Amino acid sequence: MEFIQDLMTYSFLQKALITSIMVGIICGVIGSFIVLRGMALMGDAISHAVLPGVAISYMLGINYFYGAVFTGVLTAFSIGAISQNSRIKNDSSIGIVFSAFFALGIILITQAKSATDLTQILFGNVLSVRSSDMWLTLIIGAIVILVVALFFKELLVSSFDETMAAAYGLKTRLIHYAIMFLLTLVTVASLQTVGVILVVSLLITPASTAYLLTNRLSVMVILAAFFGAVSSITGLYFSFLYNMPTGPVIALTATAIFVLAFLFSPKQGIVVGMFRKKFKRKSITGATN
Amino acid sequence: MIDPITVNNISVSYDGNEVVKDVSFSFGAGSLIGVLGPNGAGKSTLMKAMLGLIHKDQGDVKFGSKTVDSMRKQIAYVPQRSNIDWNFPIIVKDTVLLGTYPKIGLLRRPRKADKEWAMECLKQVGMESFANRQIGELSGGQQQRVFLARALAQKADYFFLDEPFVGIDVSSEEIIIGILREMQAEGKVIFVVHHDLSKVKKYFDGLILINKELIDAGPTSKVFQSDNMAKAYNREFMIDGLEVSM
Repeated sequence: MEFIQDLMTYSFLQKALITSIMVGIICGVIGSFIVLRGMALMGDAISHAVLPGVAISYMLGINYFYGAVFTGVLTAFSIGAISQNSRIKNDSSIGIVFSAFFALGIILITQAKSATDLTQILFGNVLSVRSSDMWLTLIIGAIVILVVALFFKELLVSSFDETMAAAYGLKTRLIHYAIMFLLTLVTVASLQTVGVILVVSLLITPASTAYLLTNRLSVMVILAAFFGAVSSITGLYFSFLYNMPTGPVIALTATAIFVLAFLFSPKQGIVVGMFRKKFKRKSITGATN
Repeated sequence: MIDPITVNNISVSYDGNEVVKDVSFSFGAGSLIGVLGPNGAGKSTLMKAMLGLIHKDQGDVKFGSKTVDSMRKQIAYVPQRSNIDWNFPIIVKDTVLLGTYPKIGLLRRPRKADKEWAMECLKQVGMESFANRQIGELSGGQQQRVFLARALAQKADYFFLDEPFVGIDVSSEEIIIGILREMQAEGKVIFVVHHDLSKVKKYFDGLILINKELIDAGPTSKVFQSDNMAKAYNREFMIDGLEVSM
């Protein structure tokens, strides 16, 4: 209750709340496609690789958005270039490229000694969200949701059966890079809320939870957005009341929801599965008696 | 009338190894063609090269006088079952509905008529009672029938099926071959990657026999001969021993 009163009183808290909800939603939406396409590692890579872009932006005195998007996209292309033009497998090229970018980012940030604290970029601090950050997040959110809604059909068919999609003329490589671009935007929007290191948790965990609960992609995307939003609101709550770092609280909340689904999902849950087996055995023995 | 499909001198290599060497053939409307050869003979690769899905070292494919890129909406492709993620969150009727996407085009959603047509196709393969099941809950044969329904939903002229008969039950196999026969009678051109030699004569009226290079292509009665088969499979071949005597 106290939290709700504070929410009414402090505008910084309102900004933080709006930003958190939007970040949770778009991470869930894009995360659903990342999970289904088996690109979880790619999500981790892009989120780490925006770091040098952020550092360079501060050095040049421009908005960190531009630098982050630039190095994020550069990472996606570098990974594609290595795995397509050599015998190096995709996961290895992801490892090579993102560790290099992340290392470069850390060196640049420590050298720059900018106003931004390294830990804040790495772990997030949703309470420091400014108006301009909130608007940036809302614009990115609108773009992501609009693109996914308009091209949902194409995203569905290319994620499910890429060969069929290519056979009927969809530009599947373009779709791949478009998703990478959206992923970069989402990462940039999430920087202040969850931080670079834990963005992947908000991308992968709510989407995976949703994956356990439904057999339809549209429902999965909506559920993932919902779980993402719940996780980031919880993160905000704890960091405001108990002064905890936002990113880790968000990550653990998302994990807690996942564990519940893992145990109790009607179709996939292991506890439910155990009960069902037991019940079946009983009914079988009952029948033979 | 559906135009004949002509393949001229297609070659494909992976990492410098030629896996399809200088293959040419031509088939006209109303053909049901088996693509035959031993494991690693380049059957699936040939099919993907015909569809322009992988890089060709040389050669081209013509549908009448048209290129594959201008014919994409007339092409239906059914992948090998092993290439599909059967845990994907999609139910049977929505899988078939994917077949209507090419002709719906960008920025539009499937309408009621599209959904009814998808159900119609699902009925043709006898799977309508499974419409709301997740695709992973089906048997192999049922999965293959759903994918055939998806191809039917595309209302295409040219069909490419990669190993549709692998690991499926007898009744599904009969339903599928029955539908392929009907499509052939309507004048469609159907390519089927296949490797069960016992039913070749029964199923296909045309054959492409390859082992990296083309051994022979044409009517089944001409291609399916012991000497050709021996060349393709690098061993002596008893066509009679396979109960498919000529």
